[in-house]
Order: sequence, then C-alpha cells, then structure tokens
Amino acid sequence: MNTEILGIIVMFAATLLLALPLGSYMAKVYGNERTFLDFLFNPIERLLFKVSGIDARQEQTWQQQMAALLTINLVWFVLGMAVLMNQGWLPLNPDANPSMSGHLAFNTAISFIVNCNLQHYSGESGLSYLGQLFLMFLQFVSAATGMAAAVTVFYALRTGTYQTLGNFYNFFLKSATRILFPICLIVAAILMFNGTPMTFEGKDTVVSLQGDTVQVSRGPVAAFVAIKHLGTNGGGFFGANSAHPFENPSYWTNMVEMISQMLIPFAMIFAFGIFLKRRKLAWTIFSVMTIGFLLLTIPTIVAEMKGSPAMDQLGVSQPGGNMEGKELRFGAASTAYWSIATTVISTGSVNGMHDSFTPVAGINQLLAMMTNCFYGGCGVGILNYFIFIILAVFVSGLMVGRTPEFLGKKIEAKEMKIAMIIALLHPFLILAGTALAVSFPGYTAGTLNNPTFHGFSEMLYEYTSSAANNGSGYEGLGDNTPWWNISTGFILILSRYLPIIGPVAIAGILAGKKYIPESAGTLKTDTGTFGIMVFAVIAIVAALAFFPALALGPIAELFTK
Amino acid sequence: MKSNNSLFPKAQVLTACRQSFVKLDPRSMFRNPVMFTVEIGTLVMLFVCLWIMLGERGQGGLGYNFVVFLVLLLTLLFANFAEAIAEARGKAQADSLRKTREETPARLENGQLVSSAQLRKGNIFVCEAGDTIPTDGEIIEGLATIDESAITGESAPVIREAGGDKSSVTGGTKVLSDKIKVIVTTEPGESFLDKMIALVEGASRQKTPNEIALTILLAGFTLVFIIVTITLKPFADYAGAPITIAAFISLFVCLIPTTIGGLLSAIGIAGMDRALKANVITKSGKAVETAGDIDVLLLDKTGTITIGNRKATNFYPSNGVETQDFIRAVALSSIADDTPEGKSIVELAGVDPLSFNVENPRFIKFTAETRSSGIDFGTTRIRKGASDAMRNLSQAAGNVFPEETAKMVNQISSNGGTPLVVAENEKVIGVVELQDIIKPGISERFERLRKMGIKTVMVTGDNPLTAKFIAEKAGVDDFIAEAKPEDKMQYIIKEQQEGRLVAMMGDGTNDAPALAQADVGVAMNSGTQAAKEAGNMVDLDNDPTKLIEIVEIGKQLLMTRGTLTTFSIANDVAKYFAIIPALFIVAIPSLQGLNIMQLHSPESAILSAVIFNALIIPLLIPLALRGVAYKPIGASALLRRNLFIYGLGGVIVPFFGIKLIDLIVASFL
Repeated sequence: MNTEILGIIVMFAATLLLALPLGSYMAKVYGNERTFLDFLFNPIERLLFKVSGIDARQEQTWQQQMAALLTINLVWFVLGMAVLMNQGWLPLNPDANPSMSGHLAFNTAISFIVNCNLQHYSGESGLSYLGQLFLMFLQFVSAATGMAAAVTVFYALRTGTYQTLGNFYNFFLKSATRILFPICLIVAAILMFNGTPMTFEGKDTVVSLQGDTVQVSRGPVAAFVAIKHLGTNGGGFFGANSAHPFENPSYWTNMVEMISQMLIPFAMIFAFGIFLKRRKLAWTIFSVMTIGFLLLTIPTIVAEMKGSPAMDQLGVSQPGGNMEGKELRFGAASTAYWSIATTVISTGSVNGMHDSFTPVAGINQLLAMMTNCFYGGCGVGILNYFIFIILAVFVSGLMVGRTPEFLGKKIEAKEMKIAMIIALLHPFLILAGTALAVSFPGYTAGTLNNPTFHGFSEMLYEYTSSAANNGSGYEGLGDNTPWWNISTGFILILSRYLPIIGPVAIAGILAGKKYIPESAGTLKTDTGTFGIMVFAVIAIVAALAFFPALALGPIAELFTK
Repeated sequence: MKSNNSLFPKAQVLTACRQSFVKLDPRSMFRNPVMFTVEIGTLVMLFVCLWIMLGERGQGGLGYNFVVFLVLLLTLLFANFAEAIAEARGKAQADSLRKTREETPARLENGQLVSSAQLRKGNIFVCEAGDTIPTDGEIIEGLATIDESAITGESAPVIREAGGDKSSVTGGTKVLSDKIKVIVTTEPGESFLDKMIALVEGASRQKTPNEIALTILLAGFTLVFIIVTITLKPFADYAGAPITIAAFISLFVCLIPTTIGGLLSAIGIAGMDRALKANVITKSGKAVETAGDIDVLLLDKTGTITIGNRKATNFYPSNGVETQDFIRAVALSSIADDTPEGKSIVELAGVDPLSFNVENPRFIKFTAETRSSGIDFGTTRIRKGASDAMRNLSQAAGNVFPEETAKMVNQISSNGGTPLVVAENEKVIGVVELQDIIKPGISERFERLRKMGIKTVMVTGDNPLTAKFIAEKAGVDDFIAEAKPEDKMQYIIKEQQEGRLVAMMGDGTNDAPALAQADVGVAMNSGTQAAKEAGNMVDLDNDPTKLIEIVEIGKQLLMTRGTLTTFSIANDVAKYFAIIPALFIVAIPSLQGLNIMQLHSPESAILSAVIFNALIIPLLIPLALRGVAYKPIGASALLRRNLFIYGLGGVIVPFFGIKLIDLIVASFL
C-alpha cells in the first residue's frame, strides 16, 4: 500500500523537478535567446524556413497568427483524410489493414489534429504503418500548435503596448524542433530499452506454451508512444493504449510516460512566469491548478484502493483495491493517479479502463475534463485558465473598487464578451451533445454497454472527452458509428479552435491597450487570495454547470446501493 | 442642502411602489437581460396556472404553481422597486435643489421685470441687496456678498465679483449687499442641475462601460443556465424522472444572477445620488465610475492644503533702505492688487496707500509671464513679484541682487513662507514674507489616499523651495512649483501618457483646458462658466477637498457592484443543493443523499429556493443604495475582506436561509 502511494509522490515530484529547468529553457527558446542547442537547430530551422519561403522574423498581429494556425491545420486535415482513406494500397502496410471509412477518417484526422485522439478504431487492425506515422506527425504538430498559441499570449501580456506579437511559424517550429523533438528522442529511447517495439516489420508469429500460434501486432511503437504523452495527445498505437504491454511494459515505463505527459503543461506555466518576469504569478497559477488536481486525485485514489462497492456487496474481498479493468503491474493507486492526470491534462491515454472505475472516480474524471484547466493540454491548458483569470479579475477588480485590469490592461466589454462565449462553449458542447444523444436513442441506445445511469455516463463521458479535446473514453461505448464519429468530430473542431482563438484574441486586444502601472490600489493577481478567487470561479462556472448532468449519471450511481 | 437620513421616506416608497409595476413593461425590462428572462419565466408560469385550471393534471397542484408564479412576480417587483427607489431618492434630492430656483422675478437692465423662465442665454439682469438671483449667470459688473446657503448649506456669505475666477452666480442664491449686473449663461432647462435630474430620472441615463461589461458577464451566466435547464429536459426523460414546468422555471430563475441583475441599475443610480448628496453634480454616470480609478490627484495648494490665502507677515528691507520707504513702496505697489495677498500687504503696512500723493499712476497687472505686478508713476517704477522674476528684472538692468535679501528669500522659503521681492526702478529694495497655514487633518487624508494607491500632487505658484516645504509638511507625494496653467496641463498629459488617470479641481478660465484634459475634472460652482463647461462634475460647495470624497464614492460604486455579483453567484451553490435533489428524488430515491439541507419535500424545497431568491433582493436594497463601505487597507486586504464576507457569506447564508424558509413553508403544506 505505502509503496503505491510513494510511487505516486515520486512521479509528481520528478515531474516538477524536471519541469522547472525545462520551463526556463522554453522561456529562452520563445524569447529567441541563445541556448545550448543553437548550433544544432539554427541551421535546420533556417533550412526549413528557406524551403517553405517563410520569413520567421516578420512580426504578425494576433489575427495573422490565428490565420496562419488555421491554414496549416486545414492543410494537415486534408492530407490526413487522404492518407487514412487510402492507406490500404499505400506503402508501409505489412499487415494489409484496410483503408478507413469516410466518417471514421474524418473523425480520426480531426481528432489527431486537434490534440484529442478520440480513436474510434484499434491501431492493430485499423491503421497501416504509414497511417500510424502520419498520425505521429500530427501529434507533433498539434502539440506545437497549442504551444505556439500560448506563446502568442505570452507575447501579448508583456509590459507595454504592442500591435504585433512575434511570428507564429517561429513559435510553432521551435516548439516542435527544440522542445518536443529532443525530449521525445530521450523518452522513446527509454521505452525501447524497456521492451517497447520499434520496427517496420509486420505481425510476429509466436507459438505459445500451449502450442497455439498467435499473431502479435507490432510496429514503430516507441516513437509513437513518446510523442503521444509528451504532446498530451493520448492516441495509442494499439487499441488498449497504455494498458497494452508493448506500449507500457513495466511500472518503470509507466512512470516515464506519466512524467512525460505532465511535463510540458507544468513547464509551460513556469515558462510563462520566467518569460514575463512574473514568477510569483506563475507559482500562484501552478498552486491553484495543483490544488484542483489534488482535490480530484485524492478521492479517486482512496476510492480505487478501497475497491468497488458492488464487489463488496457480493462479498468478494479486494485486497488490491478495485482491479477490474486495471493492469496488475501498475496497481489500483497508480492507475487512479494516471486516470486523473490524463483527464486534467487532456492527454486521454489510459492504462486502465475508465468504464470500470468506481463512481467517485468517474465523477472526478468527468470533472477533470469539465473544468479542463488544471494544468490542461500542451499550451491550451494555460489558455483555458487565462479565460477564468479574466472572469475572476473582472469580479474581484470591482471588489477592490477599481474597474478591472489584468497585468496593467483594462478589461472591458469586448474582452468580457469573448471570455464569456468561450466559458459558455464548453458546457454548451457537452450538454447539448449529450442531450441530442439521449434524444435520439435510435442512433445511440444500441451502442451502450450499460443501460440506466452508467449508460448515461458513457454518453456524457464521450462528449466531455471530445469537448475537452481529451480523447479517453468509457470503452463500453461502441463509438465507431456515423453518429458518434460525426457528432464528436464537429464538437472536436469547435472545442479546439474557438478556445484557442478566444484567449489569443483577448490577449491581442489587451496588448494593444495602454499599459497602466501598478499602484497600491491595484488588484494583485499573484496572491493567494486571488488564487482562491480563480478557483471559486472555476468551481462555480465550470463544475456547477454540470451538477444536474452528473446527478443523473455517476452521482446517481454513487448513491444507488 | 438638508438631506433626509432615512433610506425609505414614505413618499418615495409610494412612488417607487407605483413605478415597480410600471417598469414591468417588457420594453423597459428588455434593457436588463437577466430580469427580462425572469419576466418570461413568470409569464410561462401564468400560462401553466391557466392550463391547470383548464384541466391539466401532470404539472402539480394549482396552489403550488400559483405560489411559484406569485413569487416570481414578486422577484420582478422587488428588482423594479430597487431601481425605482434609487430614482426617487435622486429625484427628491434634485427637487429640493430645484425648489430654490422656482419662478423668481428678474429685473432687466432697462428696469423691466420678467419671469426667470423667460430669461435666455445672453440676457442681462440686475440684482440688488435682498434680491434672489433668478438664474445661473456671470457677473459682468460690480461686486456683491451673496448668501449661497440655499445651495451649499454654508451659512457664511461669499463675495462674487466681476472679472477673475469668482464671477459666477447661481440661481436661487441671495444677494446680501451691493449691486451686480449679471449675464445669463444657460438656456432654461439646460443648467447642470437640469441635466443631472434627467440623468437620474433615466431618460438620458446610459449604461457606463463597466456596467455594460458586467451586463455581458451576467447575460453570459444567464445563457449558461439556459443551456443547463434546457438540456436537463432530455436528460431527465432519459432517466425516467419527468420534471414539471414549475420546477424547470424555478431552477432557472434561482441559478441566474437575479440578485445583482435586479440591483445593478439601482447601484449605478445610487452612486450618482451619493455624489449629489455630497453636493456634486455629475454630468454622467461614467464620471463617477472613473473617479474610482483615479491614480493621480492634482490639488491646488490654496484652499485645499492650506487655509485660505497666504498673508503677509513680515517686511525685510534690503541694507540701506529705510523701513519707512520700503513700506511706502510696498503699499503703493499693492493699490491695484486685489488679490488676498495684495490686500494683506496693505493691511500689514498699516497705511492707506491712497494717502500717498502720486502723479499719473499706471497699474501693472500681474501676468503669468512676468510673474510680477506693480505701479508706475512719474519716473518711479515699483514692482513686486517672485524672487527669480525680480532677479531677472534687476539683473537685466545691470543691478546686483542684494546678498542679504537673497539670503532672506531662501530663509523664508525654507520655512514654508513665500518671499515677495520688491524692486524700485529695477533695483531690489527688500522682501515681503507671506505665510501659509496648513489645514489641520489634511495630512491624514493624504495618508488615506496613499493607501488607496492614489498619488497626490500639490499645484502652487510658489517657488520650488517653499513648495517643497509645504509639500513635505502636508504629506503630498509630489508638487508642481511656480505652476503656470500650461504646467498643470503638461503634468496631466505626462501622467496620462504613462497610463494613469488624473483628477483635478479648478475654477478659473485658465483651468478649463486642464479640466477638460483630466479624466475627472471637478469645477467649482463659483468658477467661471468656461471651467464648468470643461469639467465633468460641478461641486456646489466649492470645497477643494471634495475630490477625495468623489474618489471614495466612485470606489464604493464599483465595490458594491463587485461584491453583490460575487454574493449572487456564490448563492448558486446552495440553490443547486436545494433544487437538484428535489427534481429527481421521486424518480431516483437514492439521490436523497444530495439533500444535505434535509428539506421537507420536493415542492417545499423548490418554493423555499425561489422565495429566498426573491427576498434577498429587498434585503440587499439598503446595501445597494448606501454602497459597500470603502476601507483604504490596500487592494489585497480589501479583496480578502470582501471575498470573505460576500463570497464565503454568499455560499453559507442561503443554506441557512433556504432551510429556515423550508421550515416555515413545510408547516403550510
């Protein structure tokens, strides 16, 4: 028991210790300062920019940056559709897997571009190696897209008045080459040495002890799994994701994967503080996020280690906690920790089946995605949190007797309008999506694994996971149908791009405003009090809006004895 | 002006009650999106009641539904009452001001008597001792003592005279002595007071930028809960827990921020009321709001930091100049100097300057450029003025500035006095010491401002040494010495370029550009018409320290909005726990576990929540009208305090309130 808890504490502490130096390295990269890797990457980046004809030093407004973001994302979507729908006859397909159907390719391409990775297929049978490689590429670019958007906000919040906020392509390429790529190399190497396959050969034939012949899927797994976690993507190479012994062979690789998925969201916050020279603010943000994370994690771990109440009623003893749907090599506690980490951070990779968790864990996994800002995904986590800061600043700014301001910029009607739309969007997409699904049982009822409350939770989870760009699922849901592929596909697009454009627009508008120096009467945003305020706004706006829905799903399950 | 201390005088309450119903008109309701949705909900409940009367059986009892309808209607009426009572108070205050300027006969130049209502801009009328001044205007000839107590409440008479910065007279005040000729400066119905009344009455009331932003926030919350409530219908159907319309509407109305939505406009009007109560006429609601944001306060030294005017306290002739001669020269140079300083010099000299025999006197007026004044007669030229101006004057003529006088100048300055150097035929003959007296208690007020984060700047015509002494003694943060009108302007522009908001008070025509440039420009009522037009507030009391009060009124206004918004939203936690179990308990008995308040029954729970939601509005009206008290304890401490009271309080209070109401409601069911 105690070693299980200790393992979790070590994972968290190691993430934090690695994130601090990474954060300051990232601040240097984004600030175009010299780093020790310049000698390697300067020529590569110069070459790439020269080939693509982009001038990375050209300053862009926030509108130009968003236009660039949308354009390159559209290009990848079209390419992705083409690859996935034709992979059957394209090269690198040793297992002769078929091409995807149109609606599945639509869902898959969207879902990898928007950093969600919902995966309504299983990698073993659903993708060729070319498909896998292209998806791996998308995992790099979608993570870099989120990070670049966050850096635009960093630039916008500098002291002073700015119309242009650096160059999007510069932020984007540097995120991929200087941050994601080198760390991925390290993570992939560790995985490879611990037994994760890295090959382009097709299925292996193994004769088991009983004498049966088994076909074992393999492929370039190590490289895929590294970016899947580091980029908070979560799309697994195999259907079972990180519960699969090739993706996650041991407790040690489990730790490495766990650390690498939380690394960049942590480091992004510290980079924010160092870049803007507001370290205290960064620590306040990190603390609020950590409190939120712990409030979700601790009850989940406790509930999972205690075991399932349903099994208790049957008189089954559960010495290892609730082990249904979990891997013995990870145990109940560390799987519970993973399940909350992967939902707050929008990775969505799983090393256990969320469908089989206790109701308390189900509530917390859902809440983690409903709030969607405790750490959050690569780059986008801090953007989501930024919206809540704006709302909190508005109300608390008034409470100290001044019209609201954040980092020396006045928050006015236009910014409030955008912040409110973005804050509204998340509950709207989740609740409206679920409402549609329950209203058309003809399309959805047959896909549910469980009737009643848990069936409702499965649908609620699917839309929450889509809207949070998370990608995990209650796997009880048979989700490869046109209904689920198309409805979640649209939610993915809306819930990815609007919550990126919104915060960037607010920051861009603020950047152009007059800078007001601080005085004793100015609201301090780097204090514990303000942290509590932001937390309260998140709890009331994000969490409470889902109370009625949760009451009919996991809460009803919880109280039903 | 006398003010009624009671928040709810009977007459105002009656008007407000009547207005509460008038304001149910959807066209006026539409301006407030939160309450407008409540009105729609109320109408829906009315139809539900009719539907049940026609035989519908699935929506619960008629009595229950009718009570829900009534409570929602009350919620609307309470919110309207809050706005109406704030308007009534403002109007009552304005009315009592307006009473002073009812029909007064005015005598034109040609002796013809007309009613004040007939006076037009540009007309000239005459007032003598005992007359009431018929309308606002500017004295073009003469000087009079005037009793302004009807407007300002100050019983001591004031002197108003033609020319200079004290030439304005206000309608309704009374001439006590002498005779003045006055030119009318405003068309009837367009005086500042008229404009203010229109502003309070709502005809020309516009939402301020901050009010608009807050309305967006509240409308956003309303939308979130529209989504929550609408999607709940299919969810509940799926779970086999049908919900009645009354329960839907109640859930929705309880969750949307009706408390702040209902009180928002009352808070804004009450801010203007409070300004009016402090005898400040604001030209827009925005000005009051901006006052809360002020970073820099420009204060004139005279009258604000020091009592009245400087007085001459000592004469120091230069070596070799007879005291007698010096006094003669000084007195002569002050004959035409009608500034208080000039008069005090004659007073100290103890001689009547007119008794000196001088030929062809020619008076030299003070100008901001020469910074000296004096008299020419025969071949004699006497000048007195600031020491550097006089030094330039004497040195330009090749004379030496006497060493002992220079020493004296420094000594006077470093003691906080003002040296006035006198020269005869461009030769310095001595110096007059003028002294300032700092107002008691003023440094505590500056300390208070500093804690609010406001920088105080003293503006004075004194030399830097004197200015520094007084600035330090009074505790201001900065000073502008030897200030010319354009210096003030430049200082304001500089601060504004650095992003700060600047407030200033002024009265003279010279001040007009700076008043217009400042973010909050308060003109004194006694000031010139130009100054009053340029500023965005007019202080009827002519009290230079009023700026400090105005800033606090602005802060109070913003704080009241913020705290009530927090309270309103925090209330949602308890309301969820009252209504959600009530919605589902019948179909899903296990959800009884969420009924942590142990409310009696689903119907009593829903009724208690809507009743609490309605009652909290009138309970908070006094707070909305009076405003949340501002305490200069620093922004972080203030946030902690308000978050504790209104945030935590907002979470806890409704748990008790709803439980209490449930106990009462349950006894009727």
